[in-house]
Amino acid sequence: MKVIVDLNKCNDHGQCVYSAPEVFSLNGRGELSFRDEAKEIYVSDQLDESLRDALEEAADICPMQAIEIEG
Amino acid sequence: MAGVVVLGASLGGLRAADALARSGYSGGITLVGDEPHQPYNRPPLSKEALVEAQDFDAIRLRSSAKPGTVSLVTGVRATSVDLGRGLLFLSDGRELAFEGLVAATGLRPRALGIPKPSAGVVMLRTYEDLVRLRSELAMVQDVAIIGAGFIGCELAASLTRLGYRVSVIAPEDVPMLRPLGEELGAALMRHHLRAGVTFGLERLPVAIEGSERPERVVCNDGSSFEAQLVIEAVGSATNTEWLDGNGLDLSDGILCDEKLSFGGDGRFLAVGDVARFPNLAFDAVPRRVEHWGMAVDTGRYAGKALGHLLSQGEASPAFTPMPAFWSDQFELRIQSFGMPGLVTDASEIRVLEGDLDGEVVVGYHRNGTLVGVVLVGFVQSHLKYRAAVAESLEAAAGASS
Ligand SMILES: Cc1cc2nc3c(=O)[nH]c(=O)nc-3n(C[C@H](O)[C@H](O)[C@H](O)COP(=O)(O)OP(=O)(O)OC[C@H]3O[C@@H](n4cnc5c(N)ncnc54)[C@H](O)[C@@H]3O)c2cc1C
Ligand code: SF4
Repeated sequence: MKVIVDLNKCNDHGQCVYSAPEVFSLNGRGELSFRDEAKEIYVSDQLDESLRDALEEAADICPMQAIEIEG
Repeated sequence: MAGVVVLGASLGGLRAADALARSGYSGGITLVGDEPHQPYNRPPLSKEALVEAQDFDAIRLRSSAKPGTVSLVTGVRATSVDLGRGLLFLSDGRELAFEGLVAATGLRPRALGIPKPSAGVVMLRTYEDLVRLRSELAMVQDVAIIGAGFIGCELAASLTRLGYRVSVIAPEDVPMLRPLGEELGAALMRHHLRAGVTFGLERLPVAIEGSERPERVVCNDGSSFEAQLVIEAVGSATNTEWLDGNGLDLSDGILCDEKLSFGGDGRFLAVGDVARFPNLAFDAVPRRVEHWGMAVDTGRYAGKALGHLLSQGEASPAFTPMPAFWSDQFELRIQSFGMPGLVTDASEIRVLEGDLDGEVVVGYHRNGTLVGVVLVGFVQSHLKYRAAVAESLEAAAGASS
């Protein structure tokens, strides 16, 4: 399972951080920290299946609907 | 076979249907809505979708249910329901039998009962409303917005950005008074004023004058505001008429218990803007919460709770969410956690960090408990302040039990 974040859609609301702190965090400027690694689309490494519920919640709660779960 | 019907195919309904499907419920899930579209996201209607001229695809809501587990029926309205017999009556003549029901019918905007021309007066709740607003905007220069709540203020910011001359008319003395309080409302108003928004506050519009289209909005103090387009953003009514005749309290949305259930035995739940329920993390007073995040949280809770009940016969614990709200106006991000609107005593509303004319964090206290915070900017600090509200509420609950 991978998580994909469309950084063009993402508006740095940080709601995902409450749902899945293991995966999402904000950087010192209050932006989603994936912005330090990717420009348009962030694709994670393979994530553990135990994170699925937390990631579904993050995807549900993202105000910009920027999070997709693949696999 | 009687499965679950979720009525209202917007945010709350979609999240409930998704959660029910994910719970493994196998009795069949039907999501019914009267809009002609797949579920979509409303907050962008007054913000990105308006300013950046986004199309429908950009605001579609994603679903996390496996394909085929939820059947979606769009463009069909429920006209009435018989809870006792478990039957929902639809505008296309069909009857749907159900063993569980989620009510997610939300709100519709209210129109003012004042004289107005037949064209050039609009409201904003649906994608069709946005399409209409856009085509109207092509013809005008001056826009009057009636109502100074969040949607009115967001529209003022977005339309100012797009180059329109905007006036905001409302009875309060500062915008966003009820949710934010006097001082923060005034600070945000100064921001709007600097950006060029005109305010006509402490007055009521009595007529929208103009022969075919608006020419001006006239107020009860004799003032008037030039406008070829008027947007009414004065509040809303709850969509509950379909539930009439079932002996429910529908005086302000659907009255529910602390598990979002209404009308008896836990098989009927309400979610989103239409649900009035007590959040025991704060107190036992039932309230409606018109927050995007609350539609998600209530939907997820209701879907899961219904799944447990119908599949395993298990009841769920009370629903005690942390309310969260955001609004974007000009370059400002406003975020709120908890229930700042509970606090009306100005001496209980204090700046916690920053200052009112820049980035600021304001705390709202009730009997010494921090029940809400509002952040303007300080985007990197919201985790900290949300946690502070949660801790304060827990400490208060611990002290009283
Ligand atoms: C312009 C705008 C901007 C917003 N911005 C923000 C924001 O920045 N932050 C925030 O926190 N919140 C915001 N909100 C509020 C947020 O969008 C709502 O809280 C959310 O949409 C509530 O979802 P819901 O599913 O409860 O209700 P709704 O979205 O109102 O959906 C109810 C659905 O049920 C349908 N329906 C009603 N009656 C029937 C019937 N009898 N039969 C069939 N279908 C029916 C309706 O047509 C509708 O599709 C905004 C709202 C608007 C309108
Ligand atoms: S919740 Fe969505 S918009 Fe907010 S930071 Fe996470 S991905 Fe971005």
